[in-house]
Amino acid sequence: MRVKSKKVDLAEGDLTPMIDMVFQLIAFFMVLINFAQTEANDRVVLPKSVLVKPPEEALQFPIVLHVTQDGEVILGGEGFTVDTLRIGLNRELAVIRAEGKSPADANVVIRAHKNTPAGDVQEVIRVAQDQELERFALRVKEDRS
Amino acid sequence: MKLRNKEREIKHEVNMTSMIDIVFLLLVFFVMTFKIVELEGDFSVRMPLASQSSGSIDDTDLPLKLRLQADPAGQLASIRMNEVDLGVDFNALQNTVISLVSGQLPSEEAGDGPEVEIDTDFNLRYEYVINAITAVSGYKEGDQTVKLIDKIKFAKPRR
Repeated sequence: MRVKSKKVDLAEGDLTPMIDMVFQLIAFFMVLINFAQTEANDRVVLPKSVLVKPPEEALQFPIVLHVTQDGEVILGGEGFTVDTLRIGLNRELAVIRAEGKSPADANVVIRAHKNTPAGDVQEVIRVAQDQELERFALRVKEDRS
Repeated sequence: MKLRNKEREIKHEVNMTSMIDIVFLLLVFFVMTFKIVELEGDFSVRMPLASQSSGSIDDTDLPLKLRLQADPAGQLASIRMNEVDLGVDFNALQNTVISLVSGQLPSEEAGDGPEVEIDTDFNLRYEYVINAITAVSGYKEGDQTVKLIDKIKFAKPRR
């Protein structure tokens, strides 16, 4: 008897729709990715307010201070206490002065955790005021409810 | 002369495996780094260090005094505006501010309006201070924001 040789049938699926979808997904995530979020700190949960809106233009010479729940101040990834914050601020101010600007031109962005004691935030502001900084931005989350 | 049959076309199949591999890697990267953006905004406050040599103090220049008291747990215990107790109701605070501000000239230049000084207990949660700032800064009327008080400052921290 003659046996038929069984050729393995390679079923080739059409990959085109899948690739289309995958590219669409990539495009979606690429558009939504926000590298500016690097400004955020995981230890800080901002309070909410209905009045604020995202700024239309970025602040000039921002100095971002994260104030955590236990009162630690984070500036440029480095932790400070209220007593040592002056050193970090001076470092930032040196850069601003090198650009020919004065401390009054800088904006201190305070991102404080919602449960931080208000006194800690006041102390941070006082230290910044001692360094002749006078523009402050209290950052809060937009409340759309 | 014998011509070859050219009808048979050679099918060139591009190998897609490597491309799909990379595309999936990209997809995984973007999915992992994806974070829903929370919109943030600022309360911009100009707070220069108070000069010690302030000359004659005009009564009309005195800021409104907003006192926020906390219980030992840091929760809001009372709101007092110019020594008037308002309980813990931020709406009452807002109404008080509206009545105080409406008595003033409407054509105030920017930066020349009334000022509020927030005097808070040290351990009060920052969230309540922001609520108070929201109440005195303005309110929403539909999509419009009605501004009340622009100038905000903090009293000395109470230790």
